[in-house]
Amino acid sequence: MKVLVCISHVPDTTSKINFTNNNTEFDKNGVQFVINPYDEFGLTRAVWLKEKQGASVTVLNVGTAETEPTLRKALAIGADEAIRVDAEPTDAFFVAQQIAAVAKEGEYDLIIAGRESIDYNGGQVGGMVAALLKWPFINACVGMEIEGDKASFTREIDGGKEKLSAPLPFVIGGQKGLVEESDLRIPNMRGIMQARKKPLAVKEAVDAEAKTKVGDFAKPEPKGAVTMVDADNMEELVKLLHEKAKVI
Amino acid sequence: MASDLFEAPDYYLVDELLTEEHKLVRQSTRDWVKKEVSPVIEEYAQKAEFPKHMIKGLADIGAFGPYIPEEYGGAGLDQISYGLMMQEIERGDSGIRSTCSVQSSLVMYPIYAYGNEAQRKKYLPKLASGEYVGCFGLTEPNYGSNPGGMITNYKEDGDHIILNGAKMWISNAPFADIAVVWAKNEEGRIHGVIVERGMEGFTTPETHNKWSLRASATGELVFEDVRVPKENILPNKSGLGAPLGCLDSARYGIAWGALGAAMDCYDTALRYAKERVQFDKPIAAYQLQQKKLAEMITEITKGQLLVWRLGQLKNEGRATTAQISMAKRNSVEIALKIAREARQVLGGMGITGDYSIMRHMMNLESVVTYEGTHDIHLLITGLDITGHSAFK
Repeated sequence: MKVLVCISHVPDTTSKINFTNNNTEFDKNGVQFVINPYDEFGLTRAVWLKEKQGASVTVLNVGTAETEPTLRKALAIGADEAIRVDAEPTDAFFVAQQIAAVAKEGEYDLIIAGRESIDYNGGQVGGMVAALLKWPFINACVGMEIEGDKASFTREIDGGKEKLSAPLPFVIGGQKGLVEESDLRIPNMRGIMQARKKPLAVKEAVDAEAKTKVGDFAKPEPKGAVTMVDADNMEELVKLLHEKAKVI
Repeated sequence: MASDLFEAPDYYLVDELLTEEHKLVRQSTRDWVKKEVSPVIEEYAQKAEFPKHMIKGLADIGAFGPYIPEEYGGAGLDQISYGLMMQEIERGDSGIRSTCSVQSSLVMYPIYAYGNEAQRKKYLPKLASGEYVGCFGLTEPNYGSNPGGMITNYKEDGDHIILNGAKMWISNAPFADIAVVWAKNEEGRIHGVIVERGMEGFTTPETHNKWSLRASATGELVFEDVRVPKENILPNKSGLGAPLGCLDSARYGIAWGALGAAMDCYDTALRYAKERVQFDKPIAAYQLQQKKLAEMITEITKGQLLVWRLGQLKNEGRATTAQISMAKRNSVEIALKIAREARQVLGGMGITGDYSIMRHMMNLESVVTYEGTHDIHLLITGLDITGHSAFK
């Protein structure tokens, strides 16, 4: 069983977000990057497939050389090999085409992507990859079991869960539930050393076109100061809500 | 205890001197400490109990013998990686770091460096996996800074030796499975001997009522006619230089580790100072608090550069005992000063177990004394630069 895990290289959740170049580019200065948390659940599930069902695990990122530490970390956690498609990931369709090309070439049995990446939150790549490959796609996947050439899934839906099945090969958009937070692995020192020797192949990007273009970014308004109003002074509160906050 | 919000200071962009692998080692250790150590360490320190369950976690993350080659169960990492691990673990607690230092530098290192192949194969994988915990017996009740005067000795008896004597202030002693013990033979030459728990006449009474390293177990090693097989003697180095070689490795780890404790105190004090309001301003806006915080980050930054350079020298096999002494002494001294100043920034809150500062401060009172006292390290530097020994 050959598993391809898509890894996004995203800012750590505690990062302070700023933009440069007239708010058209994300400012990477001083930002620490991590494996996209949704992808990390998928990676851990893939490592289980390796340990329990003898799968081989390849991690894939579409990005420039600066994403390699993130791929090395995935190798230290337990993936067998890594591929980086050397390109700026301009939009979801561009990235999906790169992943589909790698998937076709490598003859993978399943592709685990995250439900979305926590930087731009597009949530499109997994579905697009499945469409390009004409494979089934299970999004918001919280459970996956594979037996022979069939798989059963649990996905989260509004107010409940849906169980479904599909033949291999397929694509999932994974999230917490595939494994739990307590199952996530911190790379150990032996894993880090082994990661040094595991292959990290750099591939040229295939010809592909981005379909969307970023205009600019805007940050939410900073929180205003708190005004304390005496609990007995309802008149003052109403006045402030009406005249200052303008919400009533 | 409040959640662990630690953010590492890097005022001089020292991170740019590290490799991506170093940063992954550090981040992984930091993540492990935040997950496993920070949430419980205060409780164990208050109870004066070693969190024994952490042995497995420390072994799994690779904190036992990270620089020992992979064939013996280590990770085969370089010295800067080892230092960064010690920094992160001591950022959590000096007692937990002490357990790692002892296991790695004082037990695994001498077996690896001075032992034969059979000893390496027998002990190192089990020490790396945490199946065995080791301790190191050099200091005696009457021989601390002067270990060469030790009384512990052995006599030959066929294919065994008969070991007598006592060691004191031994980290991990109460539960250690093996002890690397330094003892004089009949000619008065110091040799390392591996003593195993269960050997008749070998006991390890625990030292109680410590105000420092409370989450670490300390004890004595007592030998009364203990029969040890001769094959347990470390064959490849003898004399005082052998245990001192182990201490070089452990002190190197402490030089990094104490900086970790300092960073934690600084980080806590800085965050508190920005949040705590007095006279309508955060106390961080007052000059006296800024002086404390600015001096702290200055000393941490100097210390970071010192240990990084020492790590490079150690990787190249060029770090001298005197250079290691300077770094150990400096890091612990600044960590203690920073802990005391940070405690003041927090006012009364600083004395409570809600914050790590006072625990670090009390721990560091041991760290400033063990592995060569603060004064002895000064005299090592003095000897090195003048050529005159002021020890005696």
